[in-house]
Amino acid sequence: MKELMLGNKAFARGLYEAGCCFVSSYPGTPSTEITEEAVKYDDIYCEWAPNEKVAMEAAFGASLAGRRVFCGMKHVGLNVAADPLYTMSYTGVNGGVIIGVADDPGMHSSQNEQDSRHHAIASKVPMLEPSDSAESLEFVKIAYELSEEYDTPVIIKMCTRVAHSQSVVETAERVLPAKKAYEKNIPKYVMMPGNAIKRHPFVEERTRKLAAWAETSKINRVEKGGKELGIITSSTSYQYVKEIFGDSVSVLKLGMVNPLPVQLIKDFAASVDRLVVVEELDPIIENHCRALGLKVEGKELFPMEGEFSQNLLRKAFGKDIPAGKAVEDQIPMRPPVMCAGCPHRGLFYTLSKNKCTVLGDIGCYTLGAVAPLSAIDMTLCMGASLSAIHGFNIAGEGENESRTVAVIGDSTFMHSGMTGLANIAYNQSNSTVIILDNSITGMTGHQQNPTTGYNIKGDPAGKIDLEALCKAMGFNRVRVVDPYDLKQCDEAVKEELAAKEPSVIISRRPCALLKYVKHNAPLKVNTDKCIGCKSCMRIGCPAISIKNGKACIDNTLCVGCGVCSQLCPVGAFE
Amino acid sequence: METKNVMIVGVGGQGSLLASKLLGKLLLDEGYDVKVSEVHGMSQRGGSVVTYVRYGDKVYSPVIDKGEADYIVSFELLEAARWMEYLKPDGQIVTNIQQIDPMPVITGAMTYPDELVKKMKDAGVKVDALDCLKLAEEAGSAKAVNIVLMGRLSHYFDIPRETWMKTMEAMVPAKFLEMNRKAFELGEKA
Repeated sequence: MKELMLGNKAFARGLYEAGCCFVSSYPGTPSTEITEEAVKYDDIYCEWAPNEKVAMEAAFGASLAGRRVFCGMKHVGLNVAADPLYTMSYTGVNGGVIIGVADDPGMHSSQNEQDSRHHAIASKVPMLEPSDSAESLEFVKIAYELSEEYDTPVIIKMCTRVAHSQSVVETAERVLPAKKAYEKNIPKYVMMPGNAIKRHPFVEERTRKLAAWAETSKINRVEKGGKELGIITSSTSYQYVKEIFGDSVSVLKLGMVNPLPVQLIKDFAASVDRLVVVEELDPIIENHCRALGLKVEGKELFPMEGEFSQNLLRKAFGKDIPAGKAVEDQIPMRPPVMCAGCPHRGLFYTLSKNKCTVLGDIGCYTLGAVAPLSAIDMTLCMGASLSAIHGFNIAGEGENESRTVAVIGDSTFMHSGMTGLANIAYNQSNSTVIILDNSITGMTGHQQNPTTGYNIKGDPAGKIDLEALCKAMGFNRVRVVDPYDLKQCDEAVKEELAAKEPSVIISRRPCALLKYVKHNAPLKVNTDKCIGCKSCMRIGCPAISIKNGKACIDNTLCVGCGVCSQLCPVGAFE
Repeated sequence: METKNVMIVGVGGQGSLLASKLLGKLLLDEGYDVKVSEVHGMSQRGGSVVTYVRYGDKVYSPVIDKGEADYIVSFELLEAARWMEYLKPDGQIVTNIQQIDPMPVITGAMTYPDELVKKMKDAGVKVDALDCLKLAEEAGSAKAVNIVLMGRLSHYFDIPRETWMKTMEAMVPAKFLEMNRKAFELGEKA
C-alpha cells in the first residue's frame, strides 16, 4: 500500500517489517519519532532509557539474546553512547543491531551541528544514509542483513529534512527471523586486552569486505546524465541536486557513507569532465576523493555550516536564482519562548531578580536565557550544569557560591545529572542545585522518564524519588518549592545560597501543556487599577502585552497561573 | 506537470501540522507524488513555524526556497509578511488576519507593522485575507482555524469538494466532524 510517511515513521515501519524485537532510545530532535512510531507496533518491545549510553548497551544485551534490535538518538546523543559504540565495533553482534542517529544541520533544535559520519569512521562501523522516507524503510532491512552477515552494528544516519519530511512509501508484511541462540564466546564478547587485540584485525578485515560490498551494492548507484558534470552526493543533498539538474548531469548517489567505495568513485570520476561533491557539513566524501588523488571540487563551492537548499545549489553552480517580493517594514523576529503558564518562568524570574549566576542545561528551560528573563549564563551539553557549578565554585575560592546556582530538568538530571551531583556530594563544593521537575521530558514533545512513574506506553512504571535520591547521595538540605509561588521561590533561593553546605531545591510543577494539567480561568486586567508600570512584563509571558499603556491579557493563551499577579503592585489582575 | 509548492506558515501551537497532513494526503490521493517537510522541536514553542508541501509528477527537494512558492497559507498576518519572499511573482497568499504579538513586540522593543495586507498587495502579490479566528469560533472552536483556511484554499485547487471533505473526514476525530465541516464551509464561502 502506498502511504505518505514521515522519514522517522518509515524508519519505524522498516524496523517492524524487518523483525526488530527490541528498541531502547533516548528522545532527541530530530530522532524522537522513530521510537514513538515503533512503540505503536505491539510486536516490538520499546522503552525510553535514561540516556543514549544505557540505550545502546541495553540494545547490545538484547542482541546477545538473539533478537534484531534498535537504539535511536540525536547526533549529540551519539557522543554519550560513543563508549559502547567503539567497542561494540570489536565484539560485533548476535542479533542484528541498528543504531539510528539524526543530525541537525541548521540547528533547528540543537546546540551544535556536528557531523555524525566522523563517529562511523572513527568507530569503524558501517553507516547508511537514506535520502527520503522510502529509503529510510528500505535501508533498515539492508542494515540488518549487513549487521548479521558482517558481524557489526550498523548506523543509519538521518538528518532533519529526511527525518521530518513526509514522502511516499510502500509497506510490506513483517518477517520475523528466528531467534538466534546465545552462545558463550569469551574471545568475542569479553573485551579485555588479550581478546580485544585479536578482534581489532577482524574489524579491519571487516571494513575491507564492506568497502568491497560498497563497490557493487545497489545502495550506491550511478545515474547517467551528461558528461560535462558529475556530482557525488548523498542524503538530502541528492534531492537538491536532482531538483535543479533533473537527469541532465551524471550523479553518483551514495547510500552508504562508511566505508566509501574506491573503484566506483574512480570510474565515475573518469567518466565526467568535472567532478563535484555536494554534501552538507564536513567534507568527508570530498576528502576521500582527494585521498584517491582525484581532481574534485566541494567546500570551495559549498559552506561547512547549515542546511543546503535548491537556491544554495543554484548559486554554487552559477544558475539563475528566483527572487520573491517583500514588504519594506522590518518584520519583528519570532523566536521560540517559554509557553504561557510554563512552571519554569516563576523560578527564572526569582533567579533573575536575585542576580544569580545560572549554569544551565539542555531542555525547554534553556529558553530562560531569552530576554527579558536573560537568566542563564551557560549551556553546554546534557548534565553539564551540575558538573560545571562544582568547578566554578571551587575555582572561585568562595566568590561564586553565594550567588551561583545550577538548573537542570528532571529528564536531563536522570540522563547525566546524577553523576555531577555525586561529584558535588563527594568532593563537597558548596553548590546550590535546582532540579526543574516538570514531570516530563518537555522539549522533545512529552516523553516519560524515570521520575514520572509511567513508561513509554503511558502505563504505570517504576518511579525514582528525587528527594530520597538526593538525600541518599548525602545532601542534608533538600527542599521542594512550587514555582508558581514567587515568595516561596525567593525564600528558598536566598536561604540555600546562604547555607554553608551543598543543597538541592526541587522546583516542582507539571508542564502546563500536559493533558492532565487543569488550567485556571484566564486572568483579566482591571484597566481602572492598572497603572501601566510594566512590572508584569518582566516575566516574558507571551500572554501579556501592553495595549494603550495598560497591561492586556490574551485569553486564548493565559492559563491563569497567577505569576504576573504576584508582581502587580496595585492588584490589577483579577 | 511541473512541481507545485504550498507553504503553510504560522506560530508554533496554531495547528499547522494538521493542515499540512490533510493537504499531503489529499494530493497523494489525487495521484501526485508528494513531499511534506515539517520542523519539530524547539521552534514549536511559540516560534515562527513553516511547513512545505510540494506535489507533482516527481518531487525531489523536500523544501521550498525563496521565489518558488505558488501558495502561502498563513495562520497569522505577520508570518504571511515574513515569508512572502518565498512566493513566486504570480503566487497567491491566503492568510488569516489574526495578529499574535511576537516577544520583541510584547517587550516593546519593536512594533507590529500596520496595514500589512495593503502593503503586501502594494508590493505586487495577490492576497486573500480573512478573519479565520472569527469564523472558527462561529463554527464552534477557535482550534478550527486550520480547517477554515483549508476551506478557503480549496477555491484555488482543481479538486472536487467531495474529495476535500472525504480527506478531512478521515483525519479529524468523529466528535469534531460536524464542527470541522462547518469551519470548512465558512472558510470556503468567506
